[in-house]
Amino acid sequence: MSAYIIRRMLYAIPILIGINLITFVLFFVVNSPDDMALMQLGSKHTTELQIEDWKRERGYHLPLLYNAEQSGLAAVTETIFYQKSAKLFVFDFGSSDSGRDIGYDISQRMWPSLALAIPTLLVGLLVTITLALTIAFFRGTYIDYWAVIICVALISISSLFYIIGGQFLIGKLLKIVPISGFDTGLHALKFMILPVLIGIVGGIGSNTRWYRTIFLEEINKDYVRTARSKGLSEQMVLFKHVLRNALIPILTGVVVVLPLLFMGSLLTENFFGIPGLGSYTIDAINRQDFAIVRAMVFLGSVLYIIGLVLTDISYTLVDPRIRLS
Amino acid sequence: MTVRKISLALCCTGFFAFLVACSDQGLNNPYRDNDSASSIIYSSFSERPKELDPVKSYNAGEYEFIAQIYEPPLQYHFLKRPYQLVPLAATRMPEKQFFDATGALLPEDVDPKQVAYTEYTVTIQSGIRYQPHPAFSKDAAGEFHYHQLTPADLQNINKLADFESVASRILTAEDYVYQIKRLAHPNLHSPLAGLLSNYIRGFKDYRSDVLTQLDRQETWLDLRQIAMSGVEVLDQQRYQIRVEGVYPQFIYWLSMPFFAPIPWEADRFYSQQGMAERNISFDWYPVGTGPYMLTENNPNLRMVLSKNPNFHGELYPTEGEPGDAERGLLQDAGKPLPFVDRIEFSLEKESIPYWNKFLQGYYDTSGISSDSFDQSVELNSRGEFGLSDEMIERDIKMSSAVATSLYYLGFNMLDPVIGGDSERARLLRRAISIAVDYDEFISIFRNGRGEPAQGPIPPGIFGFEEGQAGINPYVYDWQKGSLKRKSIQQAKQILTDAGYANGIDQESGKPLILYFDTVSRGADSKALLNWMVKQFAKLDIQLVIRTTDGNRFMDKLDKGTFQIYQLGWNADYPDPENFFFLLYGPNSMALSKGQNYSNYQNPNYDRLFDKMKAMENSPERLRIIREMNAIVRADAPWVWSFYPKQYSLNHAWYQNVKPNLMANNTFKYRRVDAAKRAQMRKEWNDAVLWPVYALFLLLLLSIVPAIISYRKRELARGL
Repeated sequence: MSAYIIRRMLYAIPILIGINLITFVLFFVVNSPDDMALMQLGSKHTTELQIEDWKRERGYHLPLLYNAEQSGLAAVTETIFYQKSAKLFVFDFGSSDSGRDIGYDISQRMWPSLALAIPTLLVGLLVTITLALTIAFFRGTYIDYWAVIICVALISISSLFYIIGGQFLIGKLLKIVPISGFDTGLHALKFMILPVLIGIVGGIGSNTRWYRTIFLEEINKDYVRTARSKGLSEQMVLFKHVLRNALIPILTGVVVVLPLLFMGSLLTENFFGIPGLGSYTIDAINRQDFAIVRAMVFLGSVLYIIGLVLTDISYTLVDPRIRLS
Repeated sequence: MTVRKISLALCCTGFFAFLVACSDQGLNNPYRDNDSASSIIYSSFSERPKELDPVKSYNAGEYEFIAQIYEPPLQYHFLKRPYQLVPLAATRMPEKQFFDATGALLPEDVDPKQVAYTEYTVTIQSGIRYQPHPAFSKDAAGEFHYHQLTPADLQNINKLADFESVASRILTAEDYVYQIKRLAHPNLHSPLAGLLSNYIRGFKDYRSDVLTQLDRQETWLDLRQIAMSGVEVLDQQRYQIRVEGVYPQFIYWLSMPFFAPIPWEADRFYSQQGMAERNISFDWYPVGTGPYMLTENNPNLRMVLSKNPNFHGELYPTEGEPGDAERGLLQDAGKPLPFVDRIEFSLEKESIPYWNKFLQGYYDTSGISSDSFDQSVELNSRGEFGLSDEMIERDIKMSSAVATSLYYLGFNMLDPVIGGDSERARLLRRAISIAVDYDEFISIFRNGRGEPAQGPIPPGIFGFEEGQAGINPYVYDWQKGSLKRKSIQQAKQILTDAGYANGIDQESGKPLILYFDTVSRGADSKALLNWMVKQFAKLDIQLVIRTTDGNRFMDKLDKGTFQIYQLGWNADYPDPENFFFLLYGPNSMALSKGQNYSNYQNPNYDRLFDKMKAMENSPERLRIIREMNAIVRADAPWVWSFYPKQYSLNHAWYQNVKPNLMANNTFKYRRVDAAKRAQMRKEWNDAVLWPVYALFLLLLLSIVPAIISYRKRELARGL
């Protein structure tokens, strides 16, 4: 397995270079270094000289990808791409274009994102698996019929509606929790209840339907019939045999998103004023802060690759027949 | 199973009941309970402040913080209108003297053309002290504790509060001069550097002097050692600034944080290696003399300003404009400021949660967004805006003011069709000015929150005239004491006179097609863009919308490759020069990268501008302003769109509120009745728990048939 993991990590290097290159090109197609300087300095009263000073100080005066004035390796290294991207591979994110330490900001902002994402994922999984198993148990009955209708209805509703509706109903009308906000330590608990609840409810429709399908597929297999014929209760069949075998596709979906929990949820974080990494990225895009955008895209890519490797590893843990090679 | 679920429901119910019992401020209180009765203002910010260093900060959101911390020499009077400058850290208004090229003193009423430079002498109050800060801390031998820090010293330092020792010192005139030198520092990128290099003597040279010094040394550069010819410290309390020629508007800049004092000790302290990596800088920890100091800087969550224990003291104004006393704005006259101990700003990115929290009493004041307009404001039978019943019930007060801002639809005067000085193009622009009905725009898109603009100068600025004297006669008529937009038939007639009858170019026989460049796009802007197309269609002119992103849009303005665009301008200071310069020929974007985006050129206007700019407010200046207004109204390089009107709502416990659109340091005047706020919050925020119980009950009831069905299945016989 170690050889497999090392190989996958090595594969990741060209992928990450490619992602960096694409991000870089896309960003600079839309924003020139002059645009970035203007965004930071403001358009009122700013002179060409100030723009040049700003670019020179931050290394944006160099050519983008190839420096024709230099020879040999320097033609590649004396470019914005190399100067800004090489350090990312040792996780040195550097400073944002407004001068703040990106690594520090990420370390501060990942906790609110995790505080929102982890309970939403875990409780959401518990709720949706329980619901899906229950629906699978009552397959073909009115419960199954109505559950599917409700699930489709829940899928059809926009996530923005859940947020605004949740804030209106629970925060404004019932006044049970704060409408929005965040705080540190245990004081954060009361702010997390509503966004987590909304995250769970928002995921019920699609996840329950998906898990139901997985469970129904398993229920119709021979080993389930054998278990029943041995006289096992339906509860034992479902929770001991069906659930364990259905975990493989569920794990595929869950493990791959685990590392991405760091990256936060843009919409929820914005509406609840949660200072996570999702809003950090969007703020950076709005401010045309390439240093942060580049760092966050890189981090997202690394985490996604880690997620895929973890998924592969988890297969072997759940299903002993699978071997990584 | 059932018993377990019922137990769970009971536990949850008990948990909620426990929470209700524990919290006398309501479950939805976003603040910590022990703060409820304190003298605190609760406000918000929607995005993290980019810069808190007064050398760089140039944004209303950032000024909300630093204007409470830093004290420039001057400030705007809180109550008087029109806006009036008064001393803040200065003892009196700066003394002004004119000199010729030989350095000889000139009389006050000299012809501005003879003046080589103006000398401003600023005298600051004695005894003002800085807020406590580690940069000032010294040991017994008089050596600074924290000016020679090594990496080892900084090992356990992550924030300013980690430095154990703090101290203060007296403010001196040199601190103001130090900051002016910082404005010229090439690595600090002050947005004002370009403008000031045209005015302050020696400012431009200072940049190269600093660069030369920076090449020689990599450590901190003591700007006190590098002289700037245009600024000079006279003594502990006085300093002079020499400004090229005559520039009366200069004193307005002296009320902005750009000209606040910076102690060299703090600059030395922050410039040490390892500080920037820890975000320990002017951007994160301002050092001022004002009524408040930043005690919590967590832009991801909360910013807190607390009373500066070293504040020198200031008194609430004893005079205002007529009506202020009746409105209770002079009840605190002569009392020492500030009234509030703390100002807490919470991160709030979206307007809907902000509005709902305002209604729950968790914010003291709120603007009126489009989302909340219908809920908060009602139009009465006389066509005036008033508070809705819901707001009146909550004892919410409303205040409004026309902003010192202008929105306009600009034409590119370099364009061969819509631009230029020909009568044909001028008539075309005038016809469009009538057709694009901004009265309708204000009504539809701004819920009436604006006034149709009549020229470049908004209300509150010298030169703005009310009534018939102030109307744009090319777009409006004055009928029965009010404005009446000219009819579309009149616009069509003007268009025919221009040679575009029925929207057809009589010379080429082709339909007239115009292009509108805008950054507005997406579903929200669709209605607005459709409306714009319809305005031109009234004249049978086809308008093509060219949406683009902000960078490309600015690029088009830069290169002059556009026909029509829309922009706005907020006053830097309340002087007509700050609006008229947007149409000043030498300030053309195409010629000099200035802010005359329409590239408007009119020698007569430029001549009058040069004259008006150097004058103090007087009947003669008003006469020139009228003349300039008449020129630009006739030439119509812009469609004068509207002056935005700002409404704000305030809870009854939030007092001493008067909109002041020029001043940013107004928190010190506010007073809060914390006991009333606590009482109202309690009244408005009783949790409604019965739906939660009902939901649990419903869940339990719905489980019963499922359990019955399950049992039936389990007990059923197999085949």
